[in-house]
Amino acid sequence: MEYFVQQLVNGLTLGSIYGMIAIGYTMVYGIIGMINFAHGDIFMLGGFAALIVFLILTSFIAGVPVVLALLLMMIVAMLAASLWNWTIERVAYRPLRGSFRLAPLITAIGMSIVLSNFIQVTQGPRNKPIPPLVSSVYDVFGIAISLKQIIIIIITAILLSVFWYIVNRTPLGRAQRATEQDRKMAALLGVDVDRTISVTFIMGAALAAVAGTMYLMYYGVVVFTDGFVPGVKAFTAAVLGGIGSLPGAVLGGLLIGLIESLWSAYFTIDYKDVATFSILAIVLIFKPSGILGRPEVEKV
Amino acid sequence: MANIASTTASAGTEVTARALRESVFAGLITLGLFVLFVGLKTDQNIRNELILTQRWGLLAIFVIIAMVGRFLMVAYVQPWLARRKAAKAAAPEVAKEESFFSRNFSRIAIVALILYPPVIVALFGIQGSLKWVDNFGIQILIYVMLAWGLNIVVGLAGLLDLGYVAFYAVGAYSYALLSTYFGLSFWVLLPVAGLLAACWGLVLGFPVLRLRGDYLAIVTLAFGEIIRLVLINWTEVTKGTFGVSGIAKATLFGIKFDASKDGFAALMGLPISSVYYKIFLFYLILGLCLITAFVTIRMRRMPIGRAWEALREDEIACKSLGINTVTTKLTAFAMGAMFGGIAGSFFAVRQGFVSPESFVFLESAVILAIVVLGGMGSLTGIAVAAVVMIGGTEILRELAFLKVIFGPNFTPELYRMLIFGLAMVVVMVWKPRGFVGSREPTAFLRERKAVSGSFTKEGHG
Repeated sequence: MEYFVQQLVNGLTLGSIYGMIAIGYTMVYGIIGMINFAHGDIFMLGGFAALIVFLILTSFIAGVPVVLALLLMMIVAMLAASLWNWTIERVAYRPLRGSFRLAPLITAIGMSIVLSNFIQVTQGPRNKPIPPLVSSVYDVFGIAISLKQIIIIIITAILLSVFWYIVNRTPLGRAQRATEQDRKMAALLGVDVDRTISVTFIMGAALAAVAGTMYLMYYGVVVFTDGFVPGVKAFTAAVLGGIGSLPGAVLGGLLIGLIESLWSAYFTIDYKDVATFSILAIVLIFKPSGILGRPEVEKV
Repeated sequence: MANIASTTASAGTEVTARALRESVFAGLITLGLFVLFVGLKTDQNIRNELILTQRWGLLAIFVIIAMVGRFLMVAYVQPWLARRKAAKAAAPEVAKEESFFSRNFSRIAIVALILYPPVIVALFGIQGSLKWVDNFGIQILIYVMLAWGLNIVVGLAGLLDLGYVAFYAVGAYSYALLSTYFGLSFWVLLPVAGLLAACWGLVLGFPVLRLRGDYLAIVTLAFGEIIRLVLINWTEVTKGTFGVSGIAKATLFGIKFDASKDGFAALMGLPISSVYYKIFLFYLILGLCLITAFVTIRMRRMPIGRAWEALREDEIACKSLGINTVTTKLTAFAMGAMFGGIAGSFFAVRQGFVSPESFVFLESAVILAIVVLGGMGSLTGIAVAAVVMIGGTEILRELAFLKVIFGPNFTPELYRMLIFGLAMVVVMVWKPRGFVGSREPTAFLRERKAVSGSFTKEGHG
């Protein structure tokens, strides 16, 4: 039983990271109907930005408190990833808006290749390990919960509330929802559609960067190929929860995290990615609208 | 007169001012993008700890290039483009006569390809030609065949497949495993590999029939990854990441290409060299490519091919006209997969070694990029795209003179995929319709009207 609860905690931690990445996918898909293939690499880029900030802090300024260090890593990673995602949208996606549907998907795949190879070329192809930032582990009724896990879950909860508030209660969120429903009509009613889309990309990238920082803190290592598999899993999470739905993305992320850790615990660890990908296929085949999504109605 | 002159002058300064503003903006963005990743580098020291190396000079170069580039773009290139566009619009349209070359392009290309190996051998000598036949000839032709195979699924039937490499893997492993375990010959296994891959195409195609567009892309991607992960983890059969090595070579009517007494070189009275095998493989893949092209062209004229294209244009209209979309989609999947499988078994016989490393998602992306950049559905366009994209990145290996400019530690190969990705983005933004923008319709009433790229929706034709 304790083993099961332990796996549950591990799964929730992992799921929080997936959930944060999934929000970026789901928001972008909701608003312009494209799979932002480069999003996983934005997550990896955020991890690298955090790594570099960490190294600046340790090598130039000694004795920075851990909380401040984490905060700085997170903020700089958010800034860097947002700027990258904004530029990518501007350069590679916006000129193709209104073109045929495959075109932005191809540039997104191209951008994903560019980002991971850019990091490989500028930062080197090797694993980048860092010493553990926080290492305390608490024993709660026989279950080991590390401080890292608590930080990840709390930060996810805070950020999600903030994002939920932005999307549901602010003029910006209203503009986003309007653009999502009908871009042309929103533009006619005075919504700056281009700006709204840009902001959506920035928001998604900021969350992905936080996820990247958390990933770096949790595993203590990052490498240039880290964007692909977490990216596909986060997309799976977004689809599982119902693409376009924010709470769905988080729910999907948590479910994927749980399935992955429970599968590794009770079956073979080798096939854990196969399990996730099979779930993606099964969900799409039997319930393409996901758990919380609305079914798509095709109009002729 | 003075009035006009002053307005043009003020327009000129206005453009320059705007260009300066934009160039500062571009510089700031570039600084923001690259300050962490180019300005600083993470390196391992002797104790395997990460340390930072500073590269501010390189960062400055990046920023300056961006600023100058943006300035030139806004101040000179954009006004020039606008003027040219205006001039073009003003000039009366002249009907262009197609030149002999463009009319007979495919025939000329085929003849050139048949003559390619002897010409290369004559130019570079027997050993020197190895690289040109193998790296450029065979490598590019494999991608041409794969892209033509995928073209049936994506270009003709309009089903977006991001896991095409799975069928390539099925073909390669079916040859590798069946020949290693059962000792069957290449010529028997070539069609078998195609059939097995086609079966997998049906197996994967059946459940995803209900999906459309992006969802289909993601599910096929997932299937591709699943097959790769199974190849890695099913170590008893596939030997996992070590791969299958020592795969038997192909023979020509039972004649082996080796140094033995009754090998090809000895029988023909030629000096022993590995080039003959490569040249044989070159003609083999050329033949396979031509078969693929022939089948595709013929298929487009058959009812099933027309059903594919109708399906691509409008699925609902298709259904209401009584076309069975299930069989139409499945045959497209199976046909595409079959050519992928045949290309895969050729790949296995050429390398003599297969491992899951060769069948990563990136390969699917590269093949899809070639199909889309080639103009989806146009065989010539796809072949041109394959030559440009694969040949272009292969040529990077040859650019030794770059070492003189960037120093001896510069390795152009590292930049191969980076440039490939950039090329994908740039070509797509610049020409969203691919290299070949217009296509002749397959079915027409009385006269052929070429459909211009700008009128097409999902790769019309």
